[in-house]
Amino acid sequence: MLKFLIEKEFKQLARHSFLPKLIIVMPCVMLLVMPWVANHEVKNVNVCLVDNDHSALSSRLAQKVSSSAYFNLSATASGYSEAMQSIESGKADLILEVQPDFERRLVREGEAEVMLSVNAVNGVKGGLGSSYLLNIVNDYAAELRSEQLPYMGAAASGSFQLQASYFFNPSLNYKAYMVPALMVLLITLLCGFLPALNIVSEKESGTIEQLNVTPVGKLTFVIAKLIPYWIVGFITISFSFALAALLYNLTPVGSFGTIYVFIGVYILALSGFGLVISNYSNATQQAMLVAFFFIMILVFMSGLFTPVSSMPQWAQNITIFNPLKYFMQVMRMVYLKGSSVAELTPQLLALCGFAVFSNTWAMLSYKKVR
Amino acid sequence: MSVIYAENLTKRFGNFTAVNCITFSVERGEIFGFLGANGAGKTTAMRVLCGLSKPTSGRCVVAGYDVARETEKVKRSIGYMSQKFSLYEDLKVWENIRLFAGIYGMGDKMIALKTEQTLTHLGFEAERNTLVKALPLGWKQKLAFSVAIFHEPEVVFLDEPTGGVDPATRRKFWEMIYQAAERGITVFVTTHYMDEAEYCNRVSIMVDGRIEALNTPKNLRQRLNAPNMDAVFQRLVQAS
Repeated sequence: MLKFLIEKEFKQLARHSFLPKLIIVMPCVMLLVMPWVANHEVKNVNVCLVDNDHSALSSRLAQKVSSSAYFNLSATASGYSEAMQSIESGKADLILEVQPDFERRLVREGEAEVMLSVNAVNGVKGGLGSSYLLNIVNDYAAELRSEQLPYMGAAASGSFQLQASYFFNPSLNYKAYMVPALMVLLITLLCGFLPALNIVSEKESGTIEQLNVTPVGKLTFVIAKLIPYWIVGFITISFSFALAALLYNLTPVGSFGTIYVFIGVYILALSGFGLVISNYSNATQQAMLVAFFFIMILVFMSGLFTPVSSMPQWAQNITIFNPLKYFMQVMRMVYLKGSSVAELTPQLLALCGFAVFSNTWAMLSYKKVR
Repeated sequence: MSVIYAENLTKRFGNFTAVNCITFSVERGEIFGFLGANGAGKTTAMRVLCGLSKPTSGRCVVAGYDVARETEKVKRSIGYMSQKFSLYEDLKVWENIRLFAGIYGMGDKMIALKTEQTLTHLGFEAERNTLVKALPLGWKQKLAFSVAIFHEPEVVFLDEPTGGVDPATRRKFWEMIYQAAERGITVFVTTHYMDEAEYCNRVSIMVDGRIEALNTPKNLRQRLNAPNMDAVFQRLVQAS
């Protein structure tokens, strides 16, 4: 009986005007476009330089700023008020103003000041941009000291430098962090919500009624709906592993075995939630809206964009009930740190719990008889 | 021996009583017309008999099984054609037949053999690979009926099978019903066409959830002194 139902699902899937395209296009968009745009790296900060000194030392500073990958020396202004206009018009994010007696004071007194004004409308860009620029200025100061210019007064004494080393993602490559999480999103959309929408569309068209008068049991019906999407999900995710390796040279440090174990449990948990939605919806549109509502919350509270640990405590408490969060942690940890199933036991238990909970709810809420 | 037996069957939705304490039985091989105005409770009663809906009270036995307790066994023994066409429109003709035959546990060989016979019988040889959504309504209904009786059920429930179908196709459809009945399949059919009511062995007429009359068309005409079933229907429905 199951064989015939699954056969039917595949025929319908293949004949669908939109779904097969979606299944191919979605992983491509997710992996080709998203890692570049869903990016918190601050680059291309536009700096407006107000050089009141026009000396050798001030132009060296300007050169140093513009040679950094993070900054574009977008404009030079003759005065602060002119520079302010370029901030207001959005052409510049930062103003770096050099005092008229910059070189003279450096030589005479061994110190001089520059002024930094930051557009903080975008807090992250402003904060990170100003701290990068401060680094460059400090770096320049250290450089001047190390050159031990004979005419400089105070020598560098007792200064120290911090050398950070970054574990697991040494080059702080944001894409390496985003790609595994985007795969989670992909599998969530394909395996959680497509089968739910499919079931509701059978309700809408009335075909479910014809099946309800047959001896097809509810478990058989549901399994026949889910298996094709599970298969599609596994193929798509494997395809996206290949894409990640090819495009970003990104392969998991841990084993694929670990990943597939978790995918299995996660898909099970997710399908259950999808079924619950389908059980309470009578129209595809209704199911779509409900799914959309939950997807929004689940994604924003999963740590995809912003780390869960920096959310307020009450929000962190809510994320305990978010299966997406656990699976994203797993994917990132396996991909970047090489964690094994044993080290991911808490996540495994949480996801198993979700799987049992959601599927029990789905079974209880499914009604063949009204 | 009765193949459908309903006793004091009642179905309420909140305060509204759709089916009000009906009792009747249908004999094996009979063509039983289940008539009534729109909203009289025909479809609700039929859905209860098929196990799609739970009765509020009362009991029904179909094909020897209690519908409430042995629902799955009942489902093995019946065929059902709903008011709304509900085969898969995005599957081909043969694929729909294969799906439903497979669900009833028929093997691949048996399905292939019977599919040929059915397609030939329907004159659908050329439409074997046509998507069902491309068929005209009358053809769809004939196909739906063939699928409903493909597994040789004891009873087939037909809910307004000929609604919107042209007179010629309706006649052919009724020929198919007669052929099924000759093979021993009990036919339980609702219709709004009174000429079709004349074709039934017995008819019941439902008014406001109750069965107001149940007899052969001939006896009903005589009893109400009416020239045809249309007049019988008008008199019973207007009397209420």
